[in-house]
Amino acid sequence: MLDFDLMMEVLPKLWQGVGMTGRLSMLILLLAFVLAIPLAFARNAGHRIISVPANAYILFFRGTPALIQVFLVYYGAGQFVWIRSSVAWTILRDPFWCLIIALGMNGAAYSAELFAGAMRNVSRGVIEAARALGLSWYATIRTVIFPTALRSALPAYSNEIILTIKATSLASTITIMDLTGAARLEVARTYAPFEVFITAGAIYVAITALLTHLLKQLERRVMKHRSEAPISN
Amino acid sequence: MDYLPNLLFGALVTLAVAFMAIVMGSVFGLLGAISRLSHSLIARAISGFYITVIRGTPDLIIILVIYFGGTVGLSKLFGQTVAVNEFTAGSFALAFVFGAYATEIFRGAISSIPQGQTEAARALSLGRFVVFFRIILPQAWRLALPAFGNQSIIVIKQTSLISVVGLEELMRSASIAAGASREPFKWYFTAACIYLMMTSLMTLLLRYAEARSNLSIRRS
Repeated sequence: MLDFDLMMEVLPKLWQGVGMTGRLSMLILLLAFVLAIPLAFARNAGHRIISVPANAYILFFRGTPALIQVFLVYYGAGQFVWIRSSVAWTILRDPFWCLIIALGMNGAAYSAELFAGAMRNVSRGVIEAARALGLSWYATIRTVIFPTALRSALPAYSNEIILTIKATSLASTITIMDLTGAARLEVARTYAPFEVFITAGAIYVAITALLTHLLKQLERRVMKHRSEAPISN
Repeated sequence: MDYLPNLLFGALVTLAVAFMAIVMGSVFGLLGAISRLSHSLIARAISGFYITVIRGTPDLIIILVIYFGGTVGLSKLFGQTVAVNEFTAGSFALAFVFGAYATEIFRGAISSIPQGQTEAARALSLGRFVVFFRIILPQAWRLALPAFGNQSIIVIKQTSLISVVGLEELMRSASIAAGASREPFKWYFTAACIYLMMTSLMTLLLRYAEARSNLSIRRS
């Protein structure tokens, strides 16, 4: 059966990869969020000139595997001489930034779809009430539509965060030493794939379980107004 | 050189792996859903553990465990080096993943069929087996179809991960073409377009199937 001594021995080595997995996840989620907001607005825009490109972007990134998107950025960009001779090459030749760009753009497509749906579902009455109270369009979006939409998108967005952490395992395919990369290196050294990969898998399960728990707490907190008696005023 | 025929052949392998994963995964999912809903605490614990572990682990890790672990495990078992086939290992790995998600999909669909139907059928002295396959399942699959279809589309994209262990499917064919032609962008982009066509076609097919599956319900 499984060699537990070996599992304990590789644990600290795998732990070194966890830091990289965490850094990648945070930067990817940040980029995805920043890109997703304008994309979501563009997707809901009345003008076809704005909504069609946004829809095409979302269709492409959601309809193709994330691995191919990573390879397109990491290997694909190098095909063009004008990219290689530009300033952008200092970023695009680094696998770390390539992964963040590729998975960030990928995550943006999924998040934009979520946010766009949530914004469409903010009830018309609330928006009309805000406008009737003399709020400008900008103020209505910032103080009414946006907070309401983000709140209702939270459960689905939590899921998105978990999927992003799991997706960072693709880093190992472009030589980054994340948790999966560290595990593959240890397998090459010890030739004990069961022990090493199961240990790595257990670390992922622990991280995602902990995060799922924390996000559930957050959901309960932001949904508090639904469970309590209406505020008397 | 033109690598398009290689890519198209790779696309066929991709579809074959996805098909195998969906068929085997559906069986895992059905077994999982039955044990999720069973009265036995052990069955519920096992299926609960199964979905937590699979859904918490990256798909790539699961593929690596089954491919490399399978090779070492089977070699130890038979006392000689056994080479695990990439196709078999890959489709098994994705079937395990599919099964975990299908468990939740089937569980939801089955538990939304009113309990009274089971009781009525049991009262008419139909066996448990007959009740499940003739009463529950024919109604539950309609409810499960949209989510099941979405998961099937996800499987097509997940098959690209099997290229990491060397199966020559669409992704791997694109990598080979990219390396040989020194035109990585062109060939990865071509492959991406083929994936997009496959997933879009599946989406359309799913919409059609959903519309058809609800015909009898809308008429009545």
